Amino acid sequence: MVSFAGWEMPVEYSGIIAEHLAVRERAGLFDVSHMGEIEIAGKDALAAVQRISSNDASKLQIGQAQYSGLMTTKGTFVDDLLIYRLAPSHFLLVVNAGNIEKDYAYIAGEIRAAGDAVAVDASSRYALLALQGPKGADVLQPLTGVDLEHIRYYRSAHGEVAGVRCTISRTGYTGEDGFEVFVPPQSADRVWQAILESGKPFDVIPCGLGARDTLRLEAGMRLYGNDIDETTTVLEADLGWIVGWNKEDFLGAGALRAQKANGTARKIVGFELLERGIARSGYQVHVAGRSSAAGTITSGTQTPFLKKAIGMVYLPVEHTTPGTEFDVDIRGRQTRAAVVPMPFYKRAK
Amino acid sequence: MAYPSGFKYTKDHEWVDLAGDTGRIGITDYAQNQLGDVVYIELPEVGARLKQGQSFGTIESVKAVSELYSPVTGEVTEVNTALKDKPENVNKDPHGSWMIAVKLANAGEAGALLDATAYQDLVK
Repeated sequence: MVSFAGWEMPVEYSGIIAEHLAVRERAGLFDVSHMGEIEIAGKDALAAVQRISSNDASKLQIGQAQYSGLMTTKGTFVDDLLIYRLAPSHFLLVVNAGNIEKDYAYIAGEIRAAGDAVAVDASSRYALLALQGPKGADVLQPLTGVDLEHIRYYRSAHGEVAGVRCTISRTGYTGEDGFEVFVPPQSADRVWQAILESGKPFDVIPCGLGARDTLRLEAGMRLYGNDIDETTTVLEADLGWIVGWNKEDFLGAGALRAQKANGTARKIVGFELLERGIARSGYQVHVAGRSSAAGTITSGTQTPFLKKAIGMVYLPVEHTTPGTEFDVDIRGRQTRAAVVPMPFYKRAK
Repeated sequence: MAYPSGFKYTKDHEWVDLAGDTGRIGITDYAQNQLGDVVYIELPEVGARLKQGQSFGTIESVKAVSELYSPVTGEVTEVNTALKDKPENVNKDPHGSWMIAVKLANAGEAGALLDATAYQDLVK
């Protein structure tokens, strides 16, 4: 168990590799109740969300979710988040556990100018279970009357799971098909047990934080606090697609538009090691023709499914073309690595 | 898992299996369990001279990297290179997965290490 944003969470149940492979090959169940939930509602809720979110929430249909950023006025990340449109003027923001208080204070302050809308920190009202993997629908369907086939990717529906009122969302943080189920905390244990029971024929196993990290990294997903934070802009993080460039105004818009016009000096890339070793977060990277370090690795591991040492690092843009080689300083040993496109792993559709 | 009674152990969770003036060295079941899935092991070359307590390599699991410390002073006479390709053997069979063999320079050192009972108490 480790302490994580005030929660005691298991790093692993049966082992990171076994859990990682279960999600890629069958399905695994995560308790991600630590994630925060902030709701924004009121007549002008859309305008409020449009102000604080980088992405364009006007494109969201009821029940639809989108990945977005909560930016500083410099265009850097206060947090990354998922935004659901629950009703025309009611939005649910799913934020990182360690950022709940910071996000809420920032959002509550910033939406005042948007008119009639209120933000509520609803984190204590939700437990969140993530059933991830190709067998997810087969495991969950017997427990619910909701036709899961009709919930498309990044859509959600309300219904019951194991007799408990839930919101079922076809989302996740693993690069795999799967569902995230929002449940009342007092019923979370019942739903957790029911999913594991239903998953027995598919050998579904509980998964911890360790596998969640290796899975998201293989899928090229950024982790707040590692790959993105208040020092990295959305363009440096190569996440320009979560910016609604056609929106009028939003937090960070001016800085991001300027950066888009002028270009960035550095950009995040995926890499893999060409020699044996594991490049971990915090290790420094050296490129030819520079005496000082060119960047610091933000995430890195040996991935259980691809069986490669991969990671992410911010590099000067002239060194970010796939195939470009550089050295990682692994405890004093220079180890060759090459830039590769992300995601490292993409599921077959 | 039982700790072999013929081995000697360190507080850093290495074991040494002595035969004459040579000892084979590995890590304990407790250590592999703490590390989790081992994916990479870096070992010294034959001929390397080690002091008791000195690092002779590194072992990496998915979640962490850890130093390997020599329980004894001496010269490396053999390296189990098979572990390079099968590092997971350390998880499956920690007390059978020796990493290096060392020709002891000071036989008295090993006597002062923990026996199986004392080690078992340590990790209880």
